[in-house]
Amino acid sequence: MLAVRNVSKSYTRPDGEVHALRDVSLEVGPGELVVVRGPSGSGKTTLLLACGGLLRPDGGQITVCGESPYALGPDARAALRSRTVGFVFQQFHLVPYLNVLENVLAPALGGRAAGAVARASDLLERFGLTGRRDHLPGELSTGERQRTALARAMVNRPKLLLADEPTGNLDEDNGRAVLDAMTEFADQGGAVLLVTHEPAVAETATRALWLDAGHLRGT
Amino acid sequence: MSLWRLVLKEIRHRRLNFALGVLSVTVAVGVLVAHVVLLRAHDVRTEEILRRKQSDADARLATLEDDYRKYMKELGYNLLILPKEQDLAEFWDKGYATRTMPEENVRKLSDTGTQAMRHLLPIVQQRVLWPEQKRRIILIGTRGEVPIKHRTPKEPMLLAVPPAEAVVGHRLASDLGLERGSPITLLGRKLVVASCRPERGTAEDITIWIDLATAQQLLGMEGRLNAIEALKCYCAGGGIEDLRQDIVATLPDTRVVIRENRVTVRARARERAKAEHQEAMAAEKAHRESLRQARESFAAVVVPLTVTGAAVWVGLLALANVRERRNEIGILRAVGLRAAQVFSVFVSRALLMGLMGAVLGYITGLAMGIAAARATEGALSAGSLGHLFAAGVFIPVLVASPALCVLATWAPAVVAARQDPAVILREGS
Repeated sequence: MLAVRNVSKSYTRPDGEVHALRDVSLEVGPGELVVVRGPSGSGKTTLLLACGGLLRPDGGQITVCGESPYALGPDARAALRSRTVGFVFQQFHLVPYLNVLENVLAPALGGRAAGAVARASDLLERFGLTGRRDHLPGELSTGERQRTALARAMVNRPKLLLADEPTGNLDEDNGRAVLDAMTEFADQGGAVLLVTHEPAVAETATRALWLDAGHLRGT
Repeated sequence: MSLWRLVLKEIRHRRLNFALGVLSVTVAVGVLVAHVVLLRAHDVRTEEILRRKQSDADARLATLEDDYRKYMKELGYNLLILPKEQDLAEFWDKGYATRTMPEENVRKLSDTGTQAMRHLLPIVQQRVLWPEQKRRIILIGTRGEVPIKHRTPKEPMLLAVPPAEAVVGHRLASDLGLERGSPITLLGRKLVVASCRPERGTAEDITIWIDLATAQQLLGMEGRLNAIEALKCYCAGGGIEDLRQDIVATLPDTRVVIRENRVTVRARARERAKAEHQEAMAAEKAHRESLRQARESFAAVVVPLTVTGAAVWVGLLALANVRERRNEIGILRAVGLRAAQVFSVFVSRALLMGLMGAVLGYITGLAMGIAAARATEGALSAGSLGHLFAAGVFIPVLVASPALCVLATWAPAVVAARQDPAVILREGS
């Protein structure tokens, strides 16, 4: 589903060059929930964005569902992302003026509009948000916001879910609910790559990896 | 959910930014429309003023013209065409022409179809002794007025006298006890009085009018005329000298005598009044035109300044909107929106801003323009107000205003579309 081969990425900053990823390779297959742990600034978010086709690596190769996103033009890459990848962020990144249902439907603007409302309604029911569908993000609890973001990530039925500290802002119960949903997604044949600094999250993983100073190691 | 819904919801969410943009477009369009309306109102009022002045002048000129038409009818023919060799001193001494010219001349004159001349009357005239009554009379032979070709015939000033009949002057009729139907004998010819003329206090009172051919026989002047009398019409314009030259060009063997009278004085007064009116109209037009130019010059500075200011303001608001929505742009790009879709979100917003500003600005500008026009031009008639609601301004404004907003938003929209979602999301993580 996701293949990362010898990927490197570095940033140039005023205090010198920072190597976010150094020769990183990993694979996430269908049914797998792979957790990458590491301290802050270890390159976790860079790895996730690169896998999602949002950040071109300096070297190496990435394929998502057999396609190399960086070999595609910007529009085709956006279409691939819309079709195959779902993102979940620690900060939720919900659009403040759209209600819950509309936030969940946002990815449908980029494709797969047919049946999107029905799929979104199913997801809201599944995540216990049906009664909140007309509420704005500002009116939701933190857990509800993350569940909304999760529903948004799944509305286009992606094959790969990329999650960046999805439980970082949640209490234990809400964190558990989000991880359960991701586990269920993986159990249904999806692939999940989750980056976090929380050790407990690794317990739900089918495989856990450690990223430190751009180097990826097995644990 | 469509992109339009996204745009509309964002507008509702950040209504202050959008309202400020609409306000600036409204002001720019309002200023433009107000100036256009003011200039139109000025043109309408100018037309009204000139029309009223023209109407007043027409009435005055018509009164003057009516006056001298009446005088012309009263005073009779004012143009006398005489044989060229006629000595005028002798003519004025005897009261008639002693020389003759061919009768054919009258036909040539009628064929010219001149506009400045009416009522052609060929005559023979002599002072003769009426042997049967032993008194001197003026005998005039006439065959009535000859119609001028290519012109609608006028009611004749003098009717033709039928053969074997005579029209008798007032003095003769009263002295001899003549009345309509009375038989008379003139130079051996038996005639019947057709009518008696009212008293004129001139030589006409001792004149007898008979048929031209009969007079020519009695006076031994077959095929000849003493004179052609005519009426110079002052309403058709043209100077007397021009007419004189025209007649002499047609009839080289003649000379033309103009009888100065009250008619010519009136006609000249009318010409003078007409010239004064034309000068006044030209002065009024020049004054209104200079006023219009001053307003145009003012608009030429104010309107571009306002429009440019509005465009810059809309651009700055769009830039602020892009900065405020960085996070939103990042996530929308991450979930699959194309750069062109992000671009269209901002352009659609600008389009709506321009449309709303155009409609509100047009209404505001119309109201401002009408108020300003009332203040500067006075009350406008209901009919005049109708001219100010022209679609000719509304449609271009409705097209140009959104186009300008899109143009002003173009650069910020490109910035938004080119934003790297990875950078935004990394910052937010």
